[in-house]
Amino acid sequence: MSPLPHGPEWEFELLQRYDEVIAQTAAEFELDTYPNQIEIINSEQMLDAYASAGLPLGYPHWSYGKAFIRHEQAYRRGYQGLAYEIVINSNPCIAYLMEENSLMMQALVIAHASYGHNSFFKGNYLFKQFTQADAILDYLVFARRYVMECEQRYGVADVEEVIDSCHALMEYGVDRYKRPQPLSAKEKEARRNEIEEHQRRQFNDLWRTLPQATPSSTAASTSVFPEEPEENILYFVEKHSPRLAPWQRELVRIVRKLSQYFYPQTQTKVMNEGWATFWHYTLISRMYDKKLVDDAFMLEFLHSHTNVVTQRGFDQEGYRGVNPYALGFAMMQDVRRICEDPTEEDAAWFPELAGADWRKSLDFAMRNFKDESFIAQYLSPRLIREMRLFVVADHVGKAELEVDSIHDEQGYKRVRRMLADQHKRDNLLPDIQVARYERDGDRSLTLRNQLFRGRPLAEDQANEVLRHLGRLWGFPVRLEAVDAEGRIDGYREWRP
Amino acid sequence: MNYLIDRRLNGRNKSAVNRERFIRRYKDHIRRSVKGMIAERSITDMAKGGDVKVPAKDISEPGFRYGTGGDWEFVHPGNKEFVRGDKIPRPEGGGGGSGGGEAGTGESVDDFVFTLSREEFLNIFFEDLELPNLMRTAIAEAEGKKLVRAGYVKEGTPANLSVGRTMKTALARRIALSGPLKEELEEACEALAAATRAGQPQARIAALESRVLELRGRLERLPFLDDVDLRYRHRTTVPRPAARAVMFCLMDVSASMDERKKDLAKRFFTLLYLFLTRKYERVELVFIRHTDEAQEVDEDTFFYDTQSGGTVVYSALELMHQICEARYQRSEWNIYAAQASDGDAFGADPAKSARFLREQVLPLTRYFAYIECPDENQSGNSSLWVEYEEVKGSDLNFAMRRVSQPQEIYPVFRDLFRKEKV
Repeated sequence: MSPLPHGPEWEFELLQRYDEVIAQTAAEFELDTYPNQIEIINSEQMLDAYASAGLPLGYPHWSYGKAFIRHEQAYRRGYQGLAYEIVINSNPCIAYLMEENSLMMQALVIAHASYGHNSFFKGNYLFKQFTQADAILDYLVFARRYVMECEQRYGVADVEEVIDSCHALMEYGVDRYKRPQPLSAKEKEARRNEIEEHQRRQFNDLWRTLPQATPSSTAASTSVFPEEPEENILYFVEKHSPRLAPWQRELVRIVRKLSQYFYPQTQTKVMNEGWATFWHYTLISRMYDKKLVDDAFMLEFLHSHTNVVTQRGFDQEGYRGVNPYALGFAMMQDVRRICEDPTEEDAAWFPELAGADWRKSLDFAMRNFKDESFIAQYLSPRLIREMRLFVVADHVGKAELEVDSIHDEQGYKRVRRMLADQHKRDNLLPDIQVARYERDGDRSLTLRNQLFRGRPLAEDQANEVLRHLGRLWGFPVRLEAVDAEGRIDGYREWRP
Repeated sequence: MNYLIDRRLNGRNKSAVNRERFIRRYKDHIRRSVKGMIAERSITDMAKGGDVKVPAKDISEPGFRYGTGGDWEFVHPGNKEFVRGDKIPRPEGGGGGSGGGEAGTGESVDDFVFTLSREEFLNIFFEDLELPNLMRTAIAEAEGKKLVRAGYVKEGTPANLSVGRTMKTALARRIALSGPLKEELEEACEALAAATRAGQPQARIAALESRVLELRGRLERLPFLDDVDLRYRHRTTVPRPAARAVMFCLMDVSASMDERKKDLAKRFFTLLYLFLTRKYERVELVFIRHTDEAQEVDEDTFFYDTQSGGTVVYSALELMHQICEARYQRSEWNIYAAQASDGDAFGADPAKSARFLREQVLPLTRYFAYIECPDENQSGNSSLWVEYEEVKGSDLNFAMRRVSQPQEIYPVFRDLFRKEKV
């Protein structure tokens, strides 16, 4: 094949040709992807996409307006560039490309998003279990329409109130272990209509006049409900809130479903970006080896690529923590290196990788891990040395920080463990679950915050969130903090 | 199969609705900012959008987060010299390098600043303001016509053909005409079947058969669409009542009106001008400026030209009266006027002006607002103010206010044009 033409400007025909070549190269490596849909957008549309968390359409809400204004401001004043692409976990996999990108950038981005991310979405177990790529677009349409319908029927302010409260609890709208039911917009709508219709038909004002049965205080009062703590607070609210009207429940459900949809992305940032970066690098390099792209293209490519995978040291300007692109890419490259060219150390640490087929090993890693487990499993001593990772301990009651471990024989395992922990959800979000619902008492809801290593909640935010929860619940809500020994350590309450 | 789609032509302003939601939610903050803006701005900038500040605290979206405290470990890259057990002093402010910041300090505490567009700015600016006492003085015939739908007719131009309606009529006609035929056909078929079964004579059967054929033919010949089915959309013109209004802006540009006062007066008129052009497409504006004589000028001259001389207020009122007589009949126009002056008038002029105002001008107008920009150190009332005050006592559609600081302009303006409570 003759080399592909290269220049600063791209055209649709050229993109098409590049895409074909990249697709062929990806096929060489047996990348399994959803079909691709590549869309060219301009910067304003990119800002729009930013505002709705990268989704092509969302329900209207002020917080998206806020995000939009913030991004727009930063972009216009030059504080912030825009991403080169946004990719959506859907089938077909939609990738948005910015029109400002050069031809080389478009090729890079196609390789990165449409083959890298795309295959990750299709293969990774979290995405497989927790999201339905086929259904998400339909569901978004449903959600948007439903929210807007509610706004018409019940007023914008009332809808906004519910959504505000749900957003405050959004991170706690996730089932981490239970596999969620598949989404189907049509079914949902039909079911909702059915329920409403049923209630309408069954309505009889006489029921109201029936004498209330005297509650039998003996039976249920002793048993705790729910029997097991429920980690999905929004789910619990949706199912059990004594106050919510059906449409409000449905709104809770919509926010919960979206939260669930984003859950895998938050858990696989390093892997997902690492995988995509690894593949754009591998695919384009392969094209260069086959003389499909020229040196100029390659130099430009390497320039952009190195920008993406730069990891600044902790003491350098612009340090923002561990760069997921850099870490992910380095680990993927490292796995390949261990397979192809293992040292003695590698053979000791990764006997199953040394000498194995790198393609299969990486594929296995991509399918079966999330950030935490991936790092815990695959971070090699050599990479720890290369990145010069070290652990700083910040403990209560100590006047100074202490260097806990560095990249030495004693430290490898601990650094790896700590870096893995750092990517755990628990490290970002306090452990808060529904503990009790006084169904037969004052209908209050009690959340339990299991304190972990003495890490407290941010006070004022917690009170705010509690107020939001109270609004959804309609009866008193409490939040108790429990320390490791099970003693109640703190207590706060909100009453309507 | 991969698709490559050009979306650049799709709508851009997808987030407009969210932005609008945001603005509505923080209207109070924004209103406060907007109020402050007017004092700081030059006249030419009056109508531009502006930066609005909302305290970050008020728009934060809460969530359960870790606060500061507890035991943490952080992994960082780029170690150069540390070995196990090294002690590092805690960084100032509990955040930053060691990563304690990840926990509780949250995002930056800067205020959230954003830019209102001109449109949004003016919307908020003139919210709830109306011209007082506006009535439909005249229904002007020439302009107020509009076409409205008025049902369907059987004749019309093909462009107006209503396909849906036509098909409906056609269907109705077909049902109406085919019903009896179908019944007859059914009967005929039965009769034929009965005759065949009973073995009736051939001639009888043939007759029945031909009857069936004939009926079938008639059914088939029913036209799908007939001339009588055609329906056309009908439109008719109705007169549209139009309220016409004219606003007179009278400004004193005499020598005693120094730059500061002129600036105040111009600010007021700029607001008025923006307000009127924005809310009322059909309000005509007449600009009159006066020294010792009055002249009608266009808006550019009015706002940006400089001129000086003596003061005769009467001249301006007289000119306004003349213009009313000549161009704006009271019976057809709502007439409004706003006058700005420092009240520095001499001799007989104030009294004469006030009388003329009361007797000649006010009866013509729906509302007359007088803005006085006194000297900063002026203690007593100006001569014009004193005279006007008497007018005010006797007349309801007259209002007067004093303005001495730019920041007072907006409240006074709002006060004068507040929407009347229904």
